[in-house]
Amino acid sequence: MTDLVIIGGGPAGMSAAIAAYESGIRDILILERDSRLGGILGQCIHNGFGLHRFGEELTGPEYAWRYEEKVRAMNIPFKLGTMVLDINENKVITATNEDDGIFQIEAKAIILAMGCRERSKGALNIAGTRPAGIYSAGTAQKFVNIEGYMPGKNVVILGSGDIGLIMARRMTLEGAKVHAVCELMPYSGGLARNIEQCLNDFGIPLKLSHTVVEIHGKERLEGVTIAKVDENRRPIAETREYIPCDTLLLSVGLIPENELSKSAGVALDRVTSGAIVDQDRQTNIEGVYACGNVLHVHDLVDYVSEEAEIAGKSAAAYIKGEKCDAVSVDIKTDGRIRYTVPQKITQDKDISVYFRVSDVFRNVTVAVYKNGEKVFSKKRPKVAPGEMESIKLSKNIFAGASELEFRLEQN
Amino acid sequence: MYDVAIIGAGVVGGMITRELSRYNLRIVLLEKENDVAMGATKANSAIVHAGFDAKEGSLKAKLNVRGSEMMELVANELGVKYKRNGSLVIGFGDDDRETIKVLYERGIKNGVRDLAILDQEELRRLEPNIGKNATCALHAPTGAIICPYELTVASIGNAMDNGAELKLNFPVTAIERNNGAYEITSVNKTITAKYIVNAAGVYSDAIARMVGDDSFTVHPRRGEYILLDKECGNLVSHTIFRTPSKMGKGILVSPTVDGNLLTGPTSVDIEDKSDRSTTAGGFAHVIKETAENVEGVPFGKTITSFCGLRAVGSTGDFIITSPLRGFVNAAGIESPGLSAAPAIAEYIVDILRESGLALHENKDFNPIRRPMHHFIEASIEEKNEIIAKDRTYGKIVCRCETVTEGEILEAIRTNPKPRDLDGVKRRTRAQMGRCQGGFCSPRIVELLARELGIAYEDVTKFGGKSRLNYGRTKGDK
Repeated sequence: MTDLVIIGGGPAGMSAAIAAYESGIRDILILERDSRLGGILGQCIHNGFGLHRFGEELTGPEYAWRYEEKVRAMNIPFKLGTMVLDINENKVITATNEDDGIFQIEAKAIILAMGCRERSKGALNIAGTRPAGIYSAGTAQKFVNIEGYMPGKNVVILGSGDIGLIMARRMTLEGAKVHAVCELMPYSGGLARNIEQCLNDFGIPLKLSHTVVEIHGKERLEGVTIAKVDENRRPIAETREYIPCDTLLLSVGLIPENELSKSAGVALDRVTSGAIVDQDRQTNIEGVYACGNVLHVHDLVDYVSEEAEIAGKSAAAYIKGEKCDAVSVDIKTDGRIRYTVPQKITQDKDISVYFRVSDVFRNVTVAVYKNGEKVFSKKRPKVAPGEMESIKLSKNIFAGASELEFRLEQN
Repeated sequence: MYDVAIIGAGVVGGMITRELSRYNLRIVLLEKENDVAMGATKANSAIVHAGFDAKEGSLKAKLNVRGSEMMELVANELGVKYKRNGSLVIGFGDDDRETIKVLYERGIKNGVRDLAILDQEELRRLEPNIGKNATCALHAPTGAIICPYELTVASIGNAMDNGAELKLNFPVTAIERNNGAYEITSVNKTITAKYIVNAAGVYSDAIARMVGDDSFTVHPRRGEYILLDKECGNLVSHTIFRTPSKMGKGILVSPTVDGNLLTGPTSVDIEDKSDRSTTAGGFAHVIKETAENVEGVPFGKTITSFCGLRAVGSTGDFIITSPLRGFVNAAGIESPGLSAAPAIAEYIVDILRESGLALHENKDFNPIRRPMHHFIEASIEEKNEIIAKDRTYGKIVCRCETVTEGEILEAIRTNPKPRDLDGVKRRTRAQMGRCQGGFCSPRIVELLARELGIAYEDVTKFGGKSRLNYGRTKGDK
């Protein structure tokens, strides 16, 4: 029996491990499927990480090293090249690696920190051929930054997620020509600073309300047909335009990787595709926690670390049998606020609530209602789907409530 | 000099090659692509039909029923996944009920076992998610599912292990008859063979013309499919067909042997034999009709979509003929070609025997091939024994389908050896899951480059000009 097993040694897993260690837990094991710690940060060689946490602009590997250094200093055990195959309802984990073969570990507490994957081209049903030269932005990033190979020279990018924006700049710096970034929605899903620094600074056009409608080329990609879409996101035939290119990169969304969570019986939120959690990031299964991009897709890694610390501390408290008074409060949203994490409150203590909005809104107030009465409000000049928002709530706000409603109100 | 050259390494060519490898013959299988199973075999409905579709007395009917009966044994010998899940032809009203009766009668005449006509209640009991307007069905318990490229890879691998040769990237450009043998020319190579079997799929008419046979033509008919996540594989257990109409057989919904849900195909005659592009209209058609057949198919869980080309012959039946001595056509093998393939192979070998090919049994012939999926199906104890001997079986490369490095290396080293990324995919399922190779393809490129002894940037997706990379980045030059 191991006190705490953490699935995933990326920023979430490492941060959770350190927080649990600092809360007095020593019997910890991190299982990481890659050959090193750090997760996807290892291939994110651009800077901009850590502004909130460290007040510095670090690269991805530098940010990851800040945590790996601590994990190593604390002698927190980890197994690399280790893939978890199954987690059952009794918190028994089955995993495999080259040294141990297939093995099982029973855990008192588990923290799920498996991260997310990119939505693939297959999921989009784009008409046309299936040539070489179509990659998700993250795969292209691995080819360029880790393997040192150029996946293409003439590039079109579909989707303006952050990895797509980062790769627009990266491919340009490596000598490729990025012809356009097409975004289906009338706004970008990426961070404003990335649009500025990765597209505008390099003169790369961002075509909002545009999509790729056809793929051309039998062996290697030869071009794509793009088109503007109407308000129902249907392509407008008259706006079809052919762009010759040898590479199409896709940055069309990230999906939390919750296959293991499902095998353990963790209940998922249909909006986030991650677990439904309480303020401690505990799932519906006692002693099973989730944090980082497996819980919901974050915009900044700084918030991943912050959230993972909550999960790590809470798992430690659970292992030690510490508890606050129980409450039962569900958090509802109005749709303009798409979701919140946590989705419920189970203990009587001050909490942070993270959320995302469904569209770009200006001059709004984030309002929290209890029994029809506004109990909290915070003004925001602009909110956008690409940027995560958060508020802190003190416990007296939800005292005696069974439900809180989060609304986005126009000023 | 070869005794027999088979042109086309699809399921028909593959099964014929394997059937011939039972005898002491020098056999060569010629394929224009960089891998086997690259034509119609790669993209079809993956169904072993029971045999009630084809008109009684036709070759299609005879070889379908026989092939369907042979398939389970063949699949077992070759270590290929096969599941007799049964099929249902569902009807929406009185006209369909009449057609279903005709199919039932025809099936009985064709020798299909255990057919039954079900009413709405019986249908719903078998398939709770069936479309609510479906009122009746023809139930064929002998219908089955199989993976067509897995079967083809295995049959060719087995034939090679028994001595057959495979030549890839060998597009046949000319055939000359010379001194009682055939000279078969590709771009700048020529081989000779006493006998030829033409199993060149949509190109089989062009091959026949090379020896002066213009008695038939073959044209491509596009079929578009949408494949869904394994999460949806249990939505139906049978293969669900619609009642055929003037518009064709319609859209089917079926589980696959690997646990996905397959929907399609469309049916559109086209001109270009190399045009495997999908269309927006095709997707819309598949999605609309699927919704009528089965309730709640979540197309948001789409894994991929693809298009296959059926090789439609001009006679309406399979074209299995010998227009001149020593040359046999296996052409126009459209549906139920996959189901019939083992029987077609037997039939072709009989024709070759009758036309003078001496068949002496190969005493060393081994019909058994180790399943590609032997590792994934082993118990934990067995797996640990394998990992103890070869640690690469402990290392997962493809996370979505949990494929180990050991399995990928084993596939790369097993006949017929894959030479490209898609070849590894079809043999191991690595890159075939939810992320479609997003995480694992760079690692597989690395393994392929190492094993094939070629440069990283020379690894292709599927041969030819389908290169994946354009050389080193600036810093690495």
